[in-house]
Amino acid sequence: MTKTFAELNFPGRLIAVEGLDGSGKSTQIYLLKRWLEQQGLRVFFSEWNSSELVKNATSKGKKRELLTPTTFSLIHATDFADRYERQLVPLLRAGYIVLCDRYIFTAYARDTVRGCPPEWVRGIYDFAAHPDLTFFFKAQLEVSLQRILDGRPQLKYFEAGMDMRLSADPYESFRIFQGRILEQYLGMSTEFNFSVIDANLPVESQQSVVRELVASRIDLGSFVASNLVPVA
Amino acid sequence: MKRNPAKRNAEPARRSITVPQASNRRFYGHGIPNVDLNRLAGKLIVVEGADGSGRSTQIARLRNWLEGCGHATVQVGLKRSTLVSEELNQAQNGNILSRTTLSLFYATDFADQLENIIIPALKAGFMVLADRYIYTLMARDLVRGMDEAWLKNLYGMAVVPDAVFYLNVSPEELVQRNFAKNHALDYWESGMDLGLSRDMFDSFMKYQELVAREFRRLQTVYGFDIVDGNCSPDGINMALQKKIEVVLKAK
Repeated sequence: MTKTFAELNFPGRLIAVEGLDGSGKSTQIYLLKRWLEQQGLRVFFSEWNSSELVKNATSKGKKRELLTPTTFSLIHATDFADRYERQLVPLLRAGYIVLCDRYIFTAYARDTVRGCPPEWVRGIYDFAAHPDLTFFFKAQLEVSLQRILDGRPQLKYFEAGMDMRLSADPYESFRIFQGRILEQYLGMSTEFNFSVIDANLPVESQQSVVRELVASRIDLGSFVASNLVPVA
Repeated sequence: MKRNPAKRNAEPARRSITVPQASNRRFYGHGIPNVDLNRLAGKLIVVEGADGSGRSTQIARLRNWLEGCGHATVQVGLKRSTLVSEELNQAQNGNILSRTTLSLFYATDFADQLENIIIPALKAGFMVLADRYIYTLMARDLVRGMDEAWLKNLYGMAVVPDAVFYLNVSPEELVQRNFAKNHALDYWESGMDLGLSRDMFDSFMKYQELVAREFRRLQTVYGFDIVDGNCSPDGINMALQKKIEVVLKAK
């Protein structure tokens, strides 16, 4: 499916943010959410890899390093499908603005870097409609890496791409892995009509671009939550 | 010269051990990354059929026979992966998963076993007996209205087996066998999630007929052997052994 929710005549709209870890996308989507909420609009926020049901299996697989590129891909697709079918679609049918921190493009990028056939991955996510608006937060690789690595965090095995045996050093592995993901994102940017945001700018400057784009592309007035009908 | 009777008995058995030829294999579709299927010595034999079709009995006997013939054998089945089988059971008990999610959950379980058990076993020259394979998963999903092209792409990761047997048993007979064993019908095997009927018996009959119809259609695509599961267990096993012997001797 390559249609957006608007093209499928859903009353709701879906906005996704994509980008590397450390690109600041989560901050930006949070600020967008606050702005929409303060206008009294029907908003729902959903995060990648957060389905209660699948989480257990995913964290077990990650902790015990049981995942191969194929099962890594499938378990994330399961997580996504669960959120998609049980939350996103019903809310979009009910006329919500749904904000997604990462969407199918995260899977396209990561799974392809891990060696899964791109057509296979895209085929699996074919049940999902495309976002009405996708922001891609484009930061210089070094800037993203610094944001994450400055804290000298304990990088997790799969997060650092250690399963790909790129380097025995988790930090070096993370750098190479993130670099390859960035290449994938850049390659998809035109194809999927990403709205590219310069993530090297100050938070406020980025947010004002984001808000302007959202206001110009989505008729926000039609998403005002009615006081007469309970929304939750 | 006086012969040792025990040794004499052992001789014909030793002579009859067939050493299967290693052969190249292929995936149904895109396959899985980092896996080389060249020159695998083991064979993959799949037995498909509904609960009560005699699958487990046949597989147990085949295992016995294969081991008797000197072949190392390993058994796999659905919902047995280390990765997700527990969670899958939990989810099923609550019937809270929607169809795409359930489908992908099963696919994850399958992939985990494919990569961690089936392929390593084939590399090590084992006979792999699969108690159901992708066809059951596809048939169930097709009955639930999933897109066939989508399923085909998804299960393009599967290795093409050397033999697939589908034990075909009429819904009427399946009901009798299930009652003889458990005195109860299983919620999922009755397709109760589909809302075909609120009566479990009716639902079971309708659901099994729908699944069987999908199997007959899948047979035309994947070309597996349909075995009349209403025959005697001995007769079926003899027939399966004959067909597997051909597989073992294949060049």
